[in-house]
Amino acid sequence: MTIQFKDESFRGDFTYANSPSNIPRFPFPFPEDEYMYSTNIEPHHAARVGSPFENAFDVDEHYVAEMKDRALVLADDPGRCQALPHMETAGWDFLELVMVSKARDYPDLFKLTMDGGHWHWINKPLQIDDTFTFGDSSTLPCHPMEYIGRQVQGDHAILDQRDGNLWMDAGIITAQADWSLDFDIGMNFFEWHAPVPLAHELGVFQRALKFLLTLPQGQPSRRLNWTLTVNPRLDTSPENYPKWGPDKLTVTPENIGEKVHLRVELQTFWRLPRSNAILFPIRTYLMAMNEVVTQPKWGRRLHRVMRDLRPELVNYKGLSRYHPILVEWLSQFDDGAPTSPGIFPD
Amino acid sequence: MSASDHLIPVVVSNVVEVNPIIKRFEFRHVNGDELPAFSGGAHIVVEMLDDGTKRKNPYSLMSSPFERDQYAISVRRDDTGRGGSKFMHEQVQPGMQMKISAPVNLFALDLRARKHLMIAGGIGITPFIAQMAQADKLGVPFELHYAARSVSQAAYMDSLADRFGDHVSCYCDDQGEGIDLEMLLSNQPLGTHVYVCGPKGMIERVVETATNLGWPAAHVHFEHFLAPPVGEPFDVHLAKAGIDITVGAEQSLLEAVEASGTPINCMCRGGACGQCETVVVACDGDIMHNDHWLDEEQRASRQRIMPCVSRFRGKRLELDL
Repeated sequence: MTIQFKDESFRGDFTYANSPSNIPRFPFPFPEDEYMYSTNIEPHHAARVGSPFENAFDVDEHYVAEMKDRALVLADDPGRCQALPHMETAGWDFLELVMVSKARDYPDLFKLTMDGGHWHWINKPLQIDDTFTFGDSSTLPCHPMEYIGRQVQGDHAILDQRDGNLWMDAGIITAQADWSLDFDIGMNFFEWHAPVPLAHELGVFQRALKFLLTLPQGQPSRRLNWTLTVNPRLDTSPENYPKWGPDKLTVTPENIGEKVHLRVELQTFWRLPRSNAILFPIRTYLMAMNEVVTQPKWGRRLHRVMRDLRPELVNYKGLSRYHPILVEWLSQFDDGAPTSPGIFPD
Repeated sequence: MSASDHLIPVVVSNVVEVNPIIKRFEFRHVNGDELPAFSGGAHIVVEMLDDGTKRKNPYSLMSSPFERDQYAISVRRDDTGRGGSKFMHEQVQPGMQMKISAPVNLFALDLRARKHLMIAGGIGITPFIAQMAQADKLGVPFELHYAARSVSQAAYMDSLADRFGDHVSCYCDDQGEGIDLEMLLSNQPLGTHVYVCGPKGMIERVVETATNLGWPAAHVHFEHFLAPPVGEPFDVHLAKAGIDITVGAEQSLLEAVEASGTPINCMCRGGACGQCETVVVACDGDIMHNDHWLDEEQRASRQRIMPCVSRFRGKRLELDL
């Protein structure tokens, strides 16, 4: 299957949209009619052909456009890509994992030839054809993390493991939901999660950290996380708040279906072999409310989840301004019928 | 899901008698595939099928992290242990097929270090052999100080001195030599990290000396070489499974649970990683904890146990499994 890559924008005129065939493969994040934090981690097995869980690193119709948007962000603010000096080995681990996985899963799009340390990488969608020496940064145009990070959808944090904790010591983060690598770099697991309400009291982070510290090589895990974003904007960083914060004021009952987007993060966790670090990819999927409700199960369930969402979470996720309008608008898609378990559409 | 559920089929490609008590075993993938890359300090779990008993013991990888065509481990024979090392020494021959886990690292180099200072006792040398290869390739200064009972028991001393020259210092008890820890630890540049692997007493002396000299705790790393201890047999009730099991004298509680077919998480099998931590439902007797995971408060509460290394003496032990 060859993917038709879309020419679209995540800023300015916001031409981003999902093709009808792309909608059912959206990773809808609510397996039940109500939402509360849970560690909700499961093995990142290849699952369900055509879903975003089919391959190690999902490639979809938005790939080329997302990579162009990343290049724009990095040109404007190089601080979105940072690695502390001891993270270079982890950068090579990351590069190897992505190249090997993509060449295996998408042989029509990516090709990797390894002759000992001499590697040849072809990325057809981005028209890249490079040779380099694995482990020798002078043979790449930039840090290995940045090189491969510009060729894989989603943000990527790399967490160093030491002293029984994880430390955010490297990352390429250009499509974040209101957090900042520049602020968090060098912080440990509890420090960068400090702003999250309720979950600390529930012990979610202690359990999650314990799980991650013993994450084995070759057995990646995944979880879904979500928020809402006004307009299909990938870069909702605190650095750029003046550009996207005021968008919340533009939501009306008339435009809410096209303006408000469900923003889902497919987070995966990988133990890296040579650095013993953990790679934490955060792949973001955006879908307008009008697109979500084309799937009757999702429309019904989303209404119930939003209606019953705890006030702390409405506030933390930045939805307060338009939350009542959204619940009212979604109610027209809820006929009261039961929903089937799980996240996939009926 | 346990790391040891995803085993790699290997063939024993070489067995080398290093000295009267230590043998080196080399493994290749049965298909000739590359084995997973790893980091210095990592171990694998080796599955041994010993006449109806399935044993799984962890051993540090000593081959270079940059060579993926084969893995090497060294096993010290312990005739008073549970039989794993004896099985390896007596039964394992070149050409034999075995299964190993993917590498797991609970003793990684801190890559921020400006210098790595490694202190090994006896068979505790093995993780450092891989770590030295890694530090050497990364171009970070390192020093190894290696103590053994006698010249004849000091595995790899000569070859390490050949490979790494002045980076290696050796000390043999029978030559009246010993490591002057005070001197060694007080003469290191700022930014040095110290790593110790060997007998319990040695680890304690290094940690204590470093602490007294004002080393930051985050710069002191150690790995206990811990095998599940032998002891008296005991019975355990597994509440969820609704069954009673007996743990044999030379068996660990973890192995007995596995043998019963009851699911349990585990990884290091040596009391260090925390993966097999289990809730104690009822306990009338004494738990002999043996692990490095639970803190004093948790032990005193008698509500948690690490089945990989802990044993029990008393009337009734019931676990949430």
